[in-house]
Amino acid sequence: MIKKFKNFLSGILLIFKNKKHIRLGIYGPPNAGKTSLANRICKDWIGEEMGKVSPIPHETREIQQKEKVTVQSNGKKLSFNLIDTPGIATRIDYEEFIKKGMEKREAQTRAKEATKGVIEAIKWLDNMDAVLVVLDSTKNPYDQVNITIIGNLAARNIPVLILGNKVDLKKANLKKIEAAFPQYKVVGISAEYGNNIDQFYKELFRLVK
Amino acid sequence: MPLTMQYVPFEEVSGLDSERKIQKLIKIVKQNKLVLMEGTLTPQEEADLIEETMETIDSKFKGVEITSFNPLEKNSRQIQDKLKQLFIETLFGRRRGLTIIGPANIVREIRKDPNRIQLFLSNRGR
Repeated sequence: MIKKFKNFLSGILLIFKNKKHIRLGIYGPPNAGKTSLANRICKDWIGEEMGKVSPIPHETREIQQKEKVTVQSNGKKLSFNLIDTPGIATRIDYEEFIKKGMEKREAQTRAKEATKGVIEAIKWLDNMDAVLVVLDSTKNPYDQVNITIIGNLAARNIPVLILGNKVDLKKANLKKIEAAFPQYKVVGISAEYGNNIDQFYKELFRLVK
Repeated sequence: MPLTMQYVPFEEVSGLDSERKIQKLIKIVKQNKLVLMEGTLTPQEEADLIEETMETIDSKFKGVEITSFNPLEKNSRQIQDKLKQLFIETLFGRRRGLTIIGPANIVREIRKDPNRIQLFLSNRGR
């Protein structure tokens, strides 16, 4: 009976705790620029980076959280807990990491950790209040991983903003992302160089209104 | 060594719960076969498939490549299209369309455009 009451109480507390700051997740395939975006947001508003970035896929292999990030735009304030997630993939091959210059043992460890990271990212879908889906605008948006991520968010009624990252690159094709997901707002950005970031912040307010 | 494609008719998986369905599909893929499944998975089943794949990855099994094609899922903004899709799925299940799943050591990439699917095969593992 006491245990049940404790569970009930912790449930109530969790509801209030969660309502205080919304949880804004960053999802996408590996190397789309999720952590670059998290770093951009954190540098802009709290003056520090969130995580390490690397050209080798699966650099982020655990959920990273930054609490109480407050963004301002047009005189309005928005506070949230920012959650950077490992890239979701259907394949992880340690030999690909070796090709990028890693030692075999290090590559195998990275692959093992990356598989756990993907599972963790999927499990965290249920904890999000709103999600930024970061796609590489130089890549084919019809990849099944993108469709699975967005399909799962839609099934959970979680608001989604799609960000076509790397628009500073010549091969970037934002129109293709817009054509693939016409029911969503798509904003082209460069998380690394800050292109169109003000537009992104404006859309962020619309996302969580 | 030829690449084997195994056709999985809708009736063969429609009676299974999600867990069994996914285990069945992964079992076939782990035999180095390409699955051609009639119908599509739900988003939750796709996420479960990725999770199960990640649990299964080892030095020999590198994961899967997957794509699905459903003529009803045109990402339409039109409410009547969505209702039509919901109606058909409620009556007949996710029978329309096709799902392709291949082992990552054989299928290097599946490239999908709205109306075209291309399979790029790897020589490794064959």
